[in-house]
Amino acid sequence: MAILDKHKILETNATLLLIFSFLVVTIGGIVQITPLFYLENTIEKVEGMRPYTPLEMAGRDIYIREGCYTCHSQMIRPMRDEVERYGHYSLAAESMYDHPFQWGSKRTGPDLARVGGRYSDQWHVDHLRDPQSVVPESVMPKYGFLEHRKIDGKYIGDVMAANAVVGTPYTEEMLANAQADFRAQADPDSDYDGLLERYGDKVSVRNFDGQPELTEADALVAYLQMLGTLVDFSTFTPDPSR
Amino acid sequence: MSKIPEKQPGDPNTTGHSWDGIEEFDNPMPRWWLWTFYVTIIWGVIYTIMYPAWPLVQSATAGVLGWSSRELVQEEIVSFEEANAPWNAKLVETSLGDVSKDPELQQYAVNAGGAVFRTWCAQCHGSGAQGAPGFPNLLDDAWLWGGSLEDIETTIAYGIRNEESDDARYSEMPAFGEILEKEEITQVVQYVMSLTNAQTDDAAAQAGKVVFEDNCSSCHGEDGKGDVTQGAPNLTDAIWLYGGSQEALTETVTNSRFGVMPAWENRLTDAQIRAVTAYVHQLGGGQ
Repeated sequence: MAILDKHKILETNATLLLIFSFLVVTIGGIVQITPLFYLENTIEKVEGMRPYTPLEMAGRDIYIREGCYTCHSQMIRPMRDEVERYGHYSLAAESMYDHPFQWGSKRTGPDLARVGGRYSDQWHVDHLRDPQSVVPESVMPKYGFLEHRKIDGKYIGDVMAANAVVGTPYTEEMLANAQADFRAQADPDSDYDGLLERYGDKVSVRNFDGQPELTEADALVAYLQMLGTLVDFSTFTPDPSR
Repeated sequence: MSKIPEKQPGDPNTTGHSWDGIEEFDNPMPRWWLWTFYVTIIWGVIYTIMYPAWPLVQSATAGVLGWSSRELVQEEIVSFEEANAPWNAKLVETSLGDVSKDPELQQYAVNAGGAVFRTWCAQCHGSGAQGAPGFPNLLDDAWLWGGSLEDIETTIAYGIRNEESDDARYSEMPAFGEILEKEEITQVVQYVMSLTNAQTDDAAAQAGKVVFEDNCSSCHGEDGKGDVTQGAPNLTDAIWLYGGSQEALTETVTNSRFGVMPAWENRLTDAQIRAVTAYVHQLGGGQ
């Protein structure tokens, strides 16, 4: 065929080959990626999603820093065994403020997408300190050092501002009060009305790690105890067309 | 330099390319390979017609088969729920005390409850319900909040000292580090240890008896046998949730303990709660 004979021109000209290869990859990318930005059913509307509080955001950073995602997924697949064990399958909307998302690709430990509220704070502290003390068959390493690393949230406003750049709807007020909210959430004796006003009444304000200092364990437990608790499933009807 | 072989009649055509006299035969691709390739293309087209695939303006094409992972999982869950529905209904209707009188229902409750336990309870209470430091053993006769079927059901449904449920069992031991002198704490610890014949200092234990009566007996009882209505543990049974050593007891008295259990009323169905109640009750310690 005549048009196929012209292929020889591409094969014998490296620059042209490069340009046309790039074109092919671009078209493939556009076809796969662009619809995700305009299709209305890509991300369902759900009640209850909110940006992470400063303390939860710090906990999320610790989660990423320690590589928790290499053993724990945050993605309950729509299969009966997973739904029975972990709860309702994950929705795209539940990762909408995750930059980047923490779906993970491997489970050495259990899925954590809905771990929030499932155990007590003390369990999390005991479990991070010595996982085998509560789950003898666990192979998880110890993270007791988190209890000794004090944090003050000095830079958490910057982290949130960076997230705001990529689309998380942090308001000016949230950014301005980031450090104050950060401290308030781990101190039930503080004045945390502003925190609840900005992030909602359902935000948990507790001394998460049970010791007086504000530590990385506080942040990580605050993050874990929030996971999967935001969406109000009583108002959610699944759209089957996905 | 080797001699370039003469072209033989019947040789395939060459592509016309020649490098240092080396030419490339223009052989056709193997027929089986070519046909497999065509079949995969046809298969790909059929697949995108049958299954969700092409993005349109509002949504993607749904596919002729109407396949949906969400519907599949929903159907599968419903099919199991329906299969268990008669049993679950019977479990909810039957009073807790009567479940064990129906051997079949009891067997269902214990098996279903065991599955619930291993999924939701084992991380704290242990896969064999043996507990862990700070998380009660459910195999023994020591019950903080009572070991009857009704007590166990209440504990499971509403939890203990949590923020989610207004009906959660609640009590709070004071941190005696702020109330008592260090010496008094040492004494009362010695006294508490003497209740299980483990004390090391008779004189301190004697003095500690007074401290105990003044500060501890209102919850733990004059005889130290505890009070299940407020979750105050029996101190005379040598069963220790947070350890019975002098150090552990000193820590408990000084800073107190505040064991939390989540409420399960919103995560589990009534039938599941009753099933796991029956399971826990028959483990050995039920009252």
